[in-house]
Amino acid sequence: MSAPGRLRRARSGSGLRGYYWLMLFLLYLPILLLFIFSFNANTILSFPLKGFTLEWFQKLFQSPNLLGAVGRSVIVAIVASGIATVLGTMVALLLSRFEFRGKGLLTSLAILPLLVPFFVLAVALLILFRVIGVPLGLPTIAIGHAVIALPYTTLIILARLLGFDRQLEEAAMDLGATYPSTLRLVLIPIAAPAIASAFITAFTVSFDEFALALFLAGKDPTFPVYLYGQLRFATTLPVLIAAAVLLMAASLTLILVANRIRQR
Amino acid sequence: MTATTERLPTGAGRSNDPRRRTFWLLSLPAAAALALFLIVPILLMIALSFRADLSGQLLAPFAPTLKQYAKVFDTGSYWNLLGISTLMAFGVATVATLAAYPLAYFLAFRAGKRAGLYLILLLVPFWTSYLLRVMAWRLMLDSSGVVNSILIGLGLTQDPLDLLYNRGAVVVTLIYVWIPFAMLPILAAMGRIDVRLHDAAADLYASPWQQLLRVTLPLSLPGIIAAFFMVFIPTVGEYVTPLLVGGTGGSMYGNIVQAFFVQAANWPLGAALSVIMLVTTLLLVVIGLRIVQPRRLLGQ
Repeated sequence: MSAPGRLRRARSGSGLRGYYWLMLFLLYLPILLLFIFSFNANTILSFPLKGFTLEWFQKLFQSPNLLGAVGRSVIVAIVASGIATVLGTMVALLLSRFEFRGKGLLTSLAILPLLVPFFVLAVALLILFRVIGVPLGLPTIAIGHAVIALPYTTLIILARLLGFDRQLEEAAMDLGATYPSTLRLVLIPIAAPAIASAFITAFTVSFDEFALALFLAGKDPTFPVYLYGQLRFATTLPVLIAAAVLLMAASLTLILVANRIRQR
Repeated sequence: MTATTERLPTGAGRSNDPRRRTFWLLSLPAAAALALFLIVPILLMIALSFRADLSGQLLAPFAPTLKQYAKVFDTGSYWNLLGISTLMAFGVATVATLAAYPLAYFLAFRAGKRAGLYLILLLVPFWTSYLLRVMAWRLMLDSSGVVNSILIGLGLTQDPLDLLYNRGAVVVTLIYVWIPFAMLPILAAMGRIDVRLHDAAADLYASPWQQLLRVTLPLSLPGIIAAFFMVFIPTVGEYVTPLLVGGTGGSMYGNIVQAFFVQAANWPLGAALSVIMLVTTLLLVVIGLRIVQPRRLLGQ
């Protein structure tokens, strides 16, 4: 490295570093605020703070409606990410291991939900459910979430499969394995970390999803829809924020775990 | 079990291909699911947009009419809102990309060994609940919120400003939400730049600004354009952020469609408006791909 280059780099580096920390502060500030207010002894969310309390966290475990909504969100997320992971594995296998007509179309379709605005997808699905006479409820939300999670699961598993040498499968088949058993014994184990990571990613996508769920929810809301419905009532807001803070911590842990698994 | 000593053939359609059965086992359920829950719903939505009203069975044959589209074209406010939403998305994407560029630059060239940690720190807010981050901005912009407290504390204003429930609040919140995301494609493009080019430029007495303008900026341009479109496209169809921080004064195109389906039951008109949004989005995607793709190919 040349001397003038190093000098200049050091000088411009400090300005950039300052900018980085400033942006980091701004990005964390609103989230920090939620944390602070979830421990603040005042139903009104404003400064000055009134003192430390765990009241909201206690109250949240005494609210059956809130706990019910969280429970429904968990069920919807498990079903949706299950469907999205199975389908995503199939699509990723097809795209990475087979040549066929319509491959471009399949790629576009699997990525399409990432590009189309959620309200458009929601409207389309709403019309479908009305036409085939399916009442709105948890299954309809789960199907909607499976659709929007499909691009994530497909891309995560596809990246893993494309990065792997085909010779392993060829070796298995040379040794007499049928293709289905090659899939089961070679390809699926290879893709397993990506499949697990895809499932967790899809779970967090579904769990937090509001735009589609607002259209497709029946009488029983998922947690984000419940949260939205409760925003009008100022007195319950601190409890909601406490619940949201807990769930945020849980979902962040899941995402970090998913990244860890994927990097293996 | 059929043993084979052949190499894997690439064409799955051949009758002697041992993978043929597997191919159909994989593709039939996948195709069926995509058809039922993605293609058919979109086709039904397009069909509904050509109906005059909702009377009778939804599946019953009907005389297609352009009535809904005519209504959209005649009502200037729909077009206005589409234009405003596009402009808002353009502004959000531009500012988020500009704000993300120095972050990507820092991570790519100046962060050193800790770059990985710095990257994770930046992405954590992006991984937290979207709804919650938007809610947090309600607290920030509220009349008794942080921003107003600071402004009053500094003596810049006597009474709290109405920062919430307008387009400005929507734009600020969306910029905040997108900055970490916009940074990713720029960082990816910068990762492909040979660092020695910077040294070469410095050896030839290029000032830091000349280095940035003549070396780094052109080479990271594909990432900048990708970042812009990755923010611009989803933002045009945004409706949740306006719903939460925009109020009636800050609503976007998606909000009228939501109103048509949730409150007023004018489904055919709502479907027509959705089809217009779908076409707009796909057009933007095609334009985006046209611009990004050739450059990206050159960059590799």
